[in-house]
Amino acid sequence: METVALQKGFDIYSIRNLFPILQREVKGKPLVYLDNAATSQKPSVVIDALTNYYSGYNANIHRGIHTLAEEATAAFEDTRETVRRFIGASSTEEIIFTRGTTEGINLVASSWGRANLQTGDEIIISTLEHHSNIVPWQMIAAEKGAVLKVVPVTEEGEFMYEAFEQMLSAKTKFVSLVHASNALGVINPVKKVIDAAHALGALVLIDGAQSSVHLDINVQELNCDFFAFSGHKIYGPTGVGVLYGKRAVLEAMPPYQGGGEMIREVSFSGTTYNELPYKFEAGTPNIADVIALKAALDFISGLGKSSLAEHEHSLLTYATAQLKAIPGLKIIGDIEHKVSVISFIIEGIHPQDIGILLDNQGIAVRTGHHCTQPLMHRLGIPGTSRASFAVYNTLEEIDALVKGLLKVKKMLG
Amino acid sequence: MTDTPTIKAIEEEIIEEFSLFDNWEDKYEYLIDMGKKLPKLDDAHKKDENKIRGCQSTVWMVSEYKNGRIFYKADSDAMIVKGLISMLIRVFSGQKPADIVSADMKFIDTIGMSTHLAQTRSNGLRSMIKQMKLDAMVWASKENN
Repeated sequence: METVALQKGFDIYSIRNLFPILQREVKGKPLVYLDNAATSQKPSVVIDALTNYYSGYNANIHRGIHTLAEEATAAFEDTRETVRRFIGASSTEEIIFTRGTTEGINLVASSWGRANLQTGDEIIISTLEHHSNIVPWQMIAAEKGAVLKVVPVTEEGEFMYEAFEQMLSAKTKFVSLVHASNALGVINPVKKVIDAAHALGALVLIDGAQSSVHLDINVQELNCDFFAFSGHKIYGPTGVGVLYGKRAVLEAMPPYQGGGEMIREVSFSGTTYNELPYKFEAGTPNIADVIALKAALDFISGLGKSSLAEHEHSLLTYATAQLKAIPGLKIIGDIEHKVSVISFIIEGIHPQDIGILLDNQGIAVRTGHHCTQPLMHRLGIPGTSRASFAVYNTLEEIDALVKGLLKVKKMLG
Repeated sequence: MTDTPTIKAIEEEIIEEFSLFDNWEDKYEYLIDMGKKLPKLDDAHKKDENKIRGCQSTVWMVSEYKNGRIFYKADSDAMIVKGLISMLIRVFSGQKPADIVSADMKFIDTIGMSTHLAQTRSNGLRSMIKQMKLDAMVWASKENN
């Protein structure tokens, strides 16, 4: 096997040992998990945090005055502080726990959109968006008579910044843009977009579902108004996510859902709402998963995001070269500036066939439209096969993918 | 006129054919081969109303009713799905509506293809069987009227 030097001190094999699932076999072969952009696997520290909570201090938070409630509340709020540091927010009041990126975007579209959008106002998104950053805006636009504008992409799936600049106007009230494309991996020029939008008084939400695990995120430097991401794509549990919002913006927004926790005082003549961030956290939150999310963020910070990024970049570079050597294979979104996601098609072979035949070799990739049907339509393809890499992936696994694809070609040839 | 073998008899044939293979490659190569042998579906039938929902790949299917029996034709843009549907057509085409509706399809598990029945959006086998049985029900109700 060709060797590519991984940086010193980064022992991939001890890292793999931290992920119990990587020991398992699929169809009698060692699991090669390359579907990390869909969800990453979880290290033992995250799994342990979940079981420790349930077996040690399960209680409802914020209300109880008993010991368990205090311990659970402390752990829950500790995650909020860890998230604040992880994304460089100025205050924990700006960190709202959600079910995931999708809920974060829906919260903003629904709460901010309903209070602020008027007939003829414009919302800008891009062709690269995941359905979760399209549909909530379509819904609120239809309700308020606002117009959804879509920034086009190049043949390689790159955001066309000039077209965006031309779209911007006094009518633009909101821009919601994916940071890194889940389907292709391409990274958007979010800083430029945020600055240009702000110059015209529009607010900006960044969908960080893919970027939060790969790129250094500092919401204050980015100066975005909202940043949404999911726990399960950054080695954390499913069902938990984060919505960051600037304090002043959040304060001016009406609550998203009503219920317990989000209120100050309830009477039948009227209700006053709790302060930030609780105003947006109605009902008993997903306590266990929030607590375990801290373990995931600590895991990433412990290794250092730059080490992760460097390792993933080595994998991406190696995989790109190896895959390109396969006759008939075309990488979609073959550009320099991207996260560790490779989307590809093989001439004459349906992505679904690739997925099924790789699965029989123990290799997990994602096939299909990746919840980005408008993007696939723009690129003129029904879908792709996508391999996406995480901290625990190895060069040997990429070799297994290449070998697997050659077998697929032989079987379908 | 020769008798059409029963659904059970055809299933037994398929089980026997698959029992010859001891590895996944041979099974899938056989399936792919069945897909390649699937009679061509007229392009005129490849329209939206003949598409089966619930598949990652596109599957078109049409059925017709002749002398108390149903005949299916189908195509797909993915080869393994084409193989699966070719197998289903072999089992169901030329059968009586009531027999199609009541078929238990356990042979799919026996030949080791039950993974394609999994309830994920990417696997269309379940949707294909459902559509074939629905067509059979529709023909059966027309038959009774």
